[in-house]
Amino acid sequence: MIRFENVTKKYGTGAVALSDITLTIDKGEFVFLVGSSGAGKTTFLRLLIRDMLPTDGAIVIGDWDITKLPNNKIPQLRRKIGVVFQDLKLLTDRTIAENIMLPLEMSNMDKNTAKQRVSEILTQVGIIEHALKFPVQLSGGELQRAAIARALVFGPEILLADEPTGNLDITTSWEILKLLQEINKTGTTVVMATHNNEIINSLLKRTITLDKGKVMKDDKKGNESKADTGEEKSKEKKEKAASDAQSEVSDDSVSESPAKEETSEVVSKKQEEESEKKEEKK
Amino acid sequence: MLAKSRKKNQKRKKKRNNMVIFNTAWKHVRRSPYQALAAIFILIQTFFVISLFTFVIFGSARVISYFESQPRVSAFFKEEITREDALVLEEEVNATGKIAESKYVSKEEALQIYQNIFKDDPLLLEFVTSDILPASLEVSTYEIEDLASISEILRKSPFVQEITYPQDIVSSLTKWTSAIRKVGAVLIGVLALDSVFIMVIIIGIKISQKREEIEIMKLLSATNWYIRWPFMYEGIFYGITGAFFGWVFATGVLLYATPFLKSFFGIPVIPISPLFLFGLLGAEVLVAIILGVFSSFLAVLRYLK
Repeated sequence: MIRFENVTKKYGTGAVALSDITLTIDKGEFVFLVGSSGAGKTTFLRLLIRDMLPTDGAIVIGDWDITKLPNNKIPQLRRKIGVVFQDLKLLTDRTIAENIMLPLEMSNMDKNTAKQRVSEILTQVGIIEHALKFPVQLSGGELQRAAIARALVFGPEILLADEPTGNLDITTSWEILKLLQEINKTGTTVVMATHNNEIINSLLKRTITLDKGKVMKDDKKGNESKADTGEEKSKEKKEKAASDAQSEVSDDSVSESPAKEETSEVVSKKQEEESEKKEEKK
Repeated sequence: MLAKSRKKNQKRKKKRNNMVIFNTAWKHVRRSPYQALAAIFILIQTFFVISLFTFVIFGSARVISYFESQPRVSAFFKEEITREDALVLEEEVNATGKIAESKYVSKEEALQIYQNIFKDDPLLLEFVTSDILPASLEVSTYEIEDLASISEILRKSPFVQEITYPQDIVSSLTKWTSAIRKVGAVLIGVLALDSVFIMVIIIGIKISQKREEIEIMKLLSATNWYIRWPFMYEGIFYGITGAFFGWVFATGVLLYATPFLKSFFGIPVIPISPLFLFGLLGAEVLVAIILGVFSSFLAVLRYLK
């Protein structure tokens, strides 16, 4: 279904986002993509929708080598792949129904058929009652569901989800994950980029770990150890930074006391001088 | 049958697509009305000036053609010249093949014309008889350039005492018309350029404002032309609206000034026929569409890579 062949992506700044990646994702698979920030997860997903081209290598989706895909075929490719973006990318001046209708409008679908499809998909993701609301009126979980609905509106073969549980509480995260699992059960290939260890470890799905643009691990049954995920690394970093900061503060407090003593000595000396002057005047 | 229904489906799809694009373009206009007004105002100015200059050029062309169609040369005969002598000269002039019309005006006819002109002034009529008015030959040519050679023939004739023809009026009128045309062309050119620049800037601003939305649409499988067409329609809309109102204002000014212009010219220059006016509107709308498409295409090329 998806094949990366020695894919390398270098940005104009010289930063290497992906380095010599070779992997295959089969049809109907559920794959977690993990790694710390800057590991290359988003680049991996953006390459799949031809939002950018790799510097080197080939990416094959179905029968298409998308690196050689002519520009006028890109819309067709994007109809085959649904994407839930990390920042959702919902249009704030349109209602949820209009947001979901947008890709259908682009494909010239008959208005009534499109409306029917929108209501079907909103029912599937469980936010049909919010169809006429604007994105600002919805909670984080509901917005995530709306983004998923839009990604699914064409009934894509592949669903890419970039940190779909990133800003959600645990309960909502599980609900979203359940929804993605249901979608996967219908035969859709799901690739989900995440930081969430708990989810990865409990689902036991294939997990591809990226680090500095390279595939560090490709576990067929997930069970990601805490130390491998970016989240844990960043937590460790944060803890270390916090302890360093604490020790600096305590050092400061230690060094502060002699300074305080010095100032109190100066003050008492001045007071003595002033009292001496007063006595002389008398 | 299958092919027919497929064709019908395609037509329906196209129509639907056009409606979606038109609605999007209309939304762009509604959501930033001041920018839309700026674009429309500059186009109104352009087409107002185009209309006015067209009226002036059309009017002056009619004045020239009026003078050209009038008997250009009048040759006044000497006292002793008879009708037969005059006929010889008329035949000589007609033989050149340049004559549209020639007419002998006898002393009696000249008196009648004189009496008609001054019928309200009995004092002027009292002392004038047919004896003091000379007979004349009035000649008009097909081409105004031929007047000089015809007048030369008449002047050289021993029967003719004096000739008159308003060549100076026509030549100065022709000069004025060509100057007006040049000034008009320059002014219209500058205004059209202004309109293009302003439309490019305004549509460019709108594209920049919608950059995020456009990015999202592209990621959601929008084709390039799905994104470009609303901006093209927007340019066309500004063009057509500007052309229509520019024409309405210019025609209003023309109709308002018609009584004054009629008495000023004293010749049938006005009223300009409605057919001409609507023809002008049609031509202006066509030019407006071209301007709109050109400007929005420039903006799209510049800002939507």
